[in-house]
Amino acid sequence: MTEPSGRPAHLAHHFSDTEQQRESAKLGMWIFLLTEILLFGGLFAFYVFYRAWNPDIFYNAHVHLNTTLGAVNTIVLITSSVTVALAIRSMQLGKRRKTITFLATTVALAGVFLIIKYFEYSHKFHLGQLPGQYYSYAGIEGTNPHIFFSVYFTMTGLHALHVIGGMVVIGWMLYRTIRNDFSAEYYTPIENAGLYWHLVDVIWIYLFPLLYLIG
Amino acid sequence: MSTGTYTAEHPEDSVNYLNVSSGLKSWLFTLDHKRIGVLYLFSIMAMFLFGGILAMLMRFELLGPGAELMTADTYNRMFTLHGAIMIFMFIIPSVPAILGNFALPIQIGAKDVAFPRLNLASWYVYVTGSGLALYAIIAGSVDTGWTFYTPYSTQVTGSVIAMVFAVFILGFSSIFTGINFIATIHKLRAPGMTWYKMPLFVWGIYATGVIQVLATPVLGITLILLILERAFGIGIFDPSMGGDPVLFQHFFWFYSHPAVYIMILPGMGIISELISTFSHRKIFGYKAIAYSSIAIAFLSFGVWGHHMFVSGQSQYATLVFSFLTFLVAIPSGIKVFNWVSTMYKGAITFETPMLFTLTFLFTFTIGGLTGIFLGSTAVDVHLTDTYFIVAHFHYVMMGGTIMAFFGGLYYWWPKIWGRMYSEIWGKISALLVFVGFNLTFFPMFVMGAQGMPRRYFLYPEKYQIEHVLSTGGSWILAAGLLIMALNLIHAMKWGPKAEKNPWGALTLEWMIDSPPPPHNFKETPEIEHGPYDHDKVLVKPGKVGATT
Repeated sequence: MTEPSGRPAHLAHHFSDTEQQRESAKLGMWIFLLTEILLFGGLFAFYVFYRAWNPDIFYNAHVHLNTTLGAVNTIVLITSSVTVALAIRSMQLGKRRKTITFLATTVALAGVFLIIKYFEYSHKFHLGQLPGQYYSYAGIEGTNPHIFFSVYFTMTGLHALHVIGGMVVIGWMLYRTIRNDFSAEYYTPIENAGLYWHLVDVIWIYLFPLLYLIG
Repeated sequence: MSTGTYTAEHPEDSVNYLNVSSGLKSWLFTLDHKRIGVLYLFSIMAMFLFGGILAMLMRFELLGPGAELMTADTYNRMFTLHGAIMIFMFIIPSVPAILGNFALPIQIGAKDVAFPRLNLASWYVYVTGSGLALYAIIAGSVDTGWTFYTPYSTQVTGSVIAMVFAVFILGFSSIFTGINFIATIHKLRAPGMTWYKMPLFVWGIYATGVIQVLATPVLGITLILLILERAFGIGIFDPSMGGDPVLFQHFFWFYSHPAVYIMILPGMGIISELISTFSHRKIFGYKAIAYSSIAIAFLSFGVWGHHMFVSGQSQYATLVFSFLTFLVAIPSGIKVFNWVSTMYKGAITFETPMLFTLTFLFTFTIGGLTGIFLGSTAVDVHLTDTYFIVAHFHYVMMGGTIMAFFGGLYYWWPKIWGRMYSEIWGKISALLVFVGFNLTFFPMFVMGAQGMPRRYFLYPEKYQIEHVLSTGGSWILAAGLLIMALNLIHAMKWGPKAEKNPWGALTLEWMIDSPPPPHNFKETPEIEHGPYDHDKVLVKPGKVGATT
C-alpha cells in the first residue's frame, strides 16, 4: 500500500500527511452536515408556523398516524446507528470481516425502515390522506386538514430520500471494504459515511415526536 | 526574503499547469484547481455575455415609451432571464469560482484545494444547472422575475419547475465551492501562514463560504417546496388552502439577502489586494478589514425583512429589520475608510486594475449609501419597486462586485496565462466602463425617485429623457466591455510574456512562475513576511529578487 516515495497510496498529492488529509475530510463532512441541518431546518420552521396557525388540525390529524410503526422504525434506525458505529470501530481495529458484517447489517436495517415506511404510506394513499389538492379523506375535523399531511409527506419524504442516499453511500463503503481499500490506518470514508448516517438518524429522532406524538 | 527558492532551477521546470498535458480530456477530467478555475472562467463568462445581451435588448426596447422591439410578454421573460442568469449563473459563482479557485490555494501556500474532486464536481453541477436553465428559457417562457414570488409562480404557465430546479442545482455548486474553501483555509495553510498573515482576499472568500454553506440550503428547501406546490398542489403557499404566500418571501429572502453578501464579500477581498498593491503601501487596518468581512457575514442573516416592508409583515418586525439593516453600514464603512486610508501617502500607480478599484470605491459607495435610503421605512414605501431600487442594486452588484471582478481579472490575468494585456487598451476599457456604467444607472435613481416603476414595459413620456440617457450609457458600457474582452483574449495568446511579479505584490502567487507550475510550489513555501509588508520588503515590479 506504499509508493516508492514512502507516501501511503491513499494520501493525495496535496496533503503533507495522513493526519492532515483525515482532518480535512472530517471538517468537510461536518460542514456538509451543517448544510443538511439547514435544509431540514427550513422544513422545521415551516412545521412551526403551520402548527402554530392550526393547532387543532395537527392534533386531530396526527392520531391517524400509526405510532407503533413509527416507534418500531425509530428503534430500527437507532440500531442501525449502533451497527455503523461498530463498523467504524472494527475497521479501526483492523477487523475487516466484522466491518463487512456491520456495514451489511446497517444497509439491511435501512431497508427495513423503508419497507415499514412503504406500508405506512400506502395505507394513507389508500385512505386518501394525501397532501394538498389530492386530499380526499373525510374523517378529520377542522378546515384544511390536508395541511398536516402536506407537512408530514414533505418532511418524511425528504427524510426517506436521505435514507436511500445513506444506503447507497454505506453500500459503496461495503463494496470498498470488500475490495480491501481500508485498513486500521485508513478508514476516513467509512467514518464520514457513519457521520452522515447518524445525521439521518438524528433527523428522524426529531421527526418522530413532532409528527407522531403531538399532544 | 526567500523568494529565490521558488524559482525555476532546471529547464524542465518551465512546465506549467497549461502545458503539462493537452487535449480535451485533460481539461474535462482535471483535478487542478487552476484548470478548474479556467473552466469556470469560460463557462461563467459565456453566461455573462448571454445575460448582457438580454440587458442590451431591454435597454433598446426602453428607448421609447411604447413597444419598440418586442412584445410585453417577451420583455417580461427577458428581465426574468437577465436577473436569473446574472444572479445565479454569473455574479454568485464569478469571483469565488474563477479567481478564488485560481488564486486562493496559492495565496495560502497550498498545492490544491482540500477536495479536488468535489471542486471538479461543482463545475459539472454548475454546467448542468446552467444547461437546464437554458432549456427552461428555450422550452418555455418563464416570466416570474428572478424572485419566483408565489402565488404568481405557482399559477402561471411555462416551465417554472425546470427553471426553479435549475436554480436548486446551481445551489449545490455554490455549496460545494463553499465547503471546499472553508476546509482548505482551515487545514491546508502552509507552515507559518497564520490567520493574520492570510491575504484579505482569503478572508473575504472565507466569510463568503460561511454564508454559502449556511444560507443556500434554505433556498434549496424553499425551491423544493415551490416545486411541490406547483407539481402536486400541496397548498403550503396557497391562502385558499390554508397556506401563506408571504412565507415564501420570508424564506426566499432568508437566502437571497445573505446571497447579496455572497456576491459582494469576495469583491471586497479583491479590492483589499489591489489597493495595497497599487498604493505600494501596507494595508491600513488589516484586522478591521478582516473582521468586518465576518461581521457582514453575521449581520447578513438578520436583515432579510427589509425586502418586505410593504409585503404585510408586522410594523414591529419592520422596525427591527430597518435597524439591523442600518448596522450593515458600519462594517461596510470600516472597509471603505480603511481602503482610503491605505491610499493616503501611498505611492499610487494607475494601472488598469487600480482604475477599476477606484471605480469600485466611487460606485460602491453610492450603492451603499442609497441602500440606507431604502432601509429607512418611510422612504422605502415611496421607493419600493421603482427604478431607484434597480439603480441601487446595480450600483452595488455591478458597481461593486463586477468592478472588483474586472479589476481582479486584469490583475491575475498575467498569472493565469503568463502574458500581459495591453495597458493602454485596458485603461480605455476602464474609462468607458466607468462612464457607461454611471450614465446607464444614475438616471434610474432620478426617474425612480420620481415614481417610474420597475419591470414596466410601457412608461409615460415624461421619463423618456432618462431612459434615453440610460440606453445611451448602456452602449458606452458595452463598448468598454467589448474592448476589455478583446484585450484579454488577445493577451492570452499574443500578449508579451509576463514577469513573475509584474505588480510588485507580496502575496505568494506572485512568488511563483507565471503561469504557475502544475503543483504550484516545488517545495513547501516558507512564510517570512505578511501579505502587505510593503514597509519591510521591497519588491520592484517585474523583478523577483528583493531586499529587506
